[in-house]
Amino acid sequence: MPTWAAQRISRRHETLIRWVLFVCAALSVLTTAAIIFVLLSNAVYAPGARTAFFERVSLWQFLTTARWKPTDGPGGHFGIWPLLVGTLQVAVIASLVSVPAGLGAAIYMSEYAHPREREFLKPVLEILAGIPSVVYGFFALKFITPWVLKPLFSLLGLEISIFNSLSAGIVVGIMVTPLIASLSEDVIRAVPRSLREAAFALGSTRFDVSARVVVPAALSGILASFLLAFSRAVGETMAVAIAAGGNPLLTLNPLRGAQTMTGFMVHASTGDSAADSISRMSMYAVGITLFVMTLSINLLSGWIMRRYREVYQ
Amino acid sequence: MSVAGGELAGSIPPVSFTLGADGQIRQRLRLSRGFMWLCRLATYASLLVLAVLLLSIVWNSVGRLRWDFLSSHYSMQPDRCGILAGLWGTFWLVLLTATFSIPVGVGSAVYLEELAKDTWLMRVIRVNLSNLAGVPSIVYGILGLTAFRPLVIQLQSVFDGRHAVNVLGLFRVRLLKLDIYDGSVLIGAMTMSLVILPTVIIASQEALRAVPSTIRVASLALGATRWQTIWRQVLPASLPGIATGVILSISRAMGEAAPLMMIGVLTVASMCPGGIESPGQLLSDPGRVLSVPFDQFTAMPVEIYDWSKQPDPQDRFTAVAASGILVLLAVLLTVNAAAMIVRYRAGRQLRW
Repeated sequence: MPTWAAQRISRRHETLIRWVLFVCAALSVLTTAAIIFVLLSNAVYAPGARTAFFERVSLWQFLTTARWKPTDGPGGHFGIWPLLVGTLQVAVIASLVSVPAGLGAAIYMSEYAHPREREFLKPVLEILAGIPSVVYGFFALKFITPWVLKPLFSLLGLEISIFNSLSAGIVVGIMVTPLIASLSEDVIRAVPRSLREAAFALGSTRFDVSARVVVPAALSGILASFLLAFSRAVGETMAVAIAAGGNPLLTLNPLRGAQTMTGFMVHASTGDSAADSISRMSMYAVGITLFVMTLSINLLSGWIMRRYREVYQ
Repeated sequence: MSVAGGELAGSIPPVSFTLGADGQIRQRLRLSRGFMWLCRLATYASLLVLAVLLLSIVWNSVGRLRWDFLSSHYSMQPDRCGILAGLWGTFWLVLLTATFSIPVGVGSAVYLEELAKDTWLMRVIRVNLSNLAGVPSIVYGILGLTAFRPLVIQLQSVFDGRHAVNVLGLFRVRLLKLDIYDGSVLIGAMTMSLVILPTVIIASQEALRAVPSTIRVASLALGATRWQTIWRQVLPASLPGIATGVILSISRAMGEAAPLMMIGVLTVASMCPGGIESPGQLLSDPGRVLSVPFDQFTAMPVEIYDWSKQPDPQDRFTAVAASGILVLLAVLLTVNAAAMIVRYRAGRQLRW
C-alpha cells in the first residue's frame, strides 16, 4: 500500500506530466497561430518600423494586374495572375491525370481485385506516394519532356519548350494519384456489402454495381479526395519548380514554361535581394495567397465529407 | 427464343424472351468487362510508371554512379562531383528532427487520446491538426525563414558574447566559438519538425486507439494511476504502430526540399556539418558534434534539385542528379524496410 505522502507526491507528479503533455498538444495550435502571424505581419500589416507588402503595393494592384515582375525600384510589377494561372494550370492538368487513374485504381482494388492482387498493388501505390518531389521533377525534365512529349508533339507539328507546365502537371498528377486511390478506396470499401448484394440480386452487372450503386453511395468521400488532391497539387513545390521553369508568363499554353506560386517562393528565397526589399516581401503576399487557397480547399473537402456522407447502420 | 410447354401448354401462356433482350444482356456484360479492363489499366499504369521512372533514373545515372560518388564533395566537374555533404547533412537533419518531433508528437497524441476531456479547446486542437496536415510544406519554410532563423541567430549571439559561462558560480564552462550562419542544421530541423509533426501525431493517435480499452481498465482496476497505465501498458502495446508512423514521417523529412530551400540552406556545399566526413572521425573526435547544429549544411534533395537545374549544354550533370536520386531512394528504401520489419514482427507478437 502506498503511504499517504507517497500518494500525494505521485499525484503532483501526474499533474506535472499532464501539463507537459498538454503543452505538446497545444504546440500545434501555436504553430498555426505563428504561421498566420508571420504571413499577416509581413504581407498585410507590419508592426514597428518595417512596412508590409500590402502597405506598399495595393491589394487592388495585386489582384488585378496581369504582370509579375518582382524587381525593386520603379520597374516592378506585382500582379498575381501569372502565378495564379500557372498554379491552377498545373493543378488542373494534375487532376486530369490523377482523377481517372486514382478513381479507377480505387474501384479496381475494392471491387475487382483478388485480395492477393490487392496486397501487391497497395504497396506499389505507397511507393509512388513515397518518392520525393524532386525525383518527380527530374523525371519530368529529363524523361517525360524529351522522350515522351517532344516526339508526340513534333508529330503534331507543335513545339514544346524544355520547361513546360504540361510535364509538371503530369508528374504532379502521378504524385497525387495514390492519395485519391487510397482515400477513395477507403470510402468505397465502407459502402455496406448488402447494397452490392441487393443490386446483384436485381440482375445488375459489376459495372452497374460499381458505377450506379457503390460510387454514388461513396460520392462525398470521393469528391473530398479529389479536392484534397487538388490542394496538394496547388501546394506542390519542388517537382513544379524543376519542370515548369521560372518564367512568370501569363499564358494558358501548357507547352510553354510557367511559374507557380510555390515556384516563385523558392526562387525568391534563393535570391540575393535584401530581407526587407519589396521583391523579397512579395514572397509573403504570395505565401498568404497559397495558404488561404489550400486551406479553403481543405476545409471545403472536409465540409463535403461531413455534409453529404451517407450513413449506414 | 420461346419456351413451349408440354401437355399443359393450353393452361400456361408461353413465356418468351426476345432476341433483343438477350443481346442487351450481352451488351451490358461487354460494357461491364470493358469497365473492368479500364480500371485494371488505370491501376497497372501506376506500376508501369514506377518501373519507367526507376529505369530512366538508373539509365541516366550511368557514367557517374561509382563508389567514390558517396565520398566526394561538390565539384564543378561532373565526373568528380559527389553527394558526401548532402548525405551527412540529411543524417544530422533527420537526427535532430526526430529528437524534436518524436517526444512532442507522441506526447500530443497521448494527451489527445488518453488524457484530454472533450472540451472546446480539444476540439479546436483536433480540427487544427487535420488542417495543419494539409498546409503545403513551403509555408512552414516561410515560418522557419521568418521566425526560427532570427531566433537561432539571436540565441547564438547571446552565447557568442562570452566564451565562457559560469555555472552556478562554481566552475566555468568554455563554450565553443560558433560562427553564425543562415541555414544551419538547427533551423532546418526546427522547421522540418513542424512539417512532420501533424503526421507523427495522427499516426501515433491511430496506434493508441488500436489498444483495446480492456487493457486500460484492467490496469486502472489494479490500482495503477493514469500515467502508470499509459507508461507501462498503453505505450508499450502501441509502440510498433507508433514506430511505423514515425519512421514513415521521418522518411518524408528526408525527401523534403522546399522548406529547406526557403530557410536558405546551401545548394553547393564543400564541407559537412561539424567537419565530420566519416564515421571514424565521429568516433575519434566526438566533440565536433557540438558544433553540428550551428553549421551550415545541405541535404540530398536540395543537391538533387541543384544538379537537375544545372545549366549545362552537354547535360553532364544529369548523371550526377540521377546518381544522387539513386542514393536518396536507397536510403529511403532502407528506412521503409525497417518500418515494414517493425510492423511485421509486431503483427506476430501481439494478439488480443
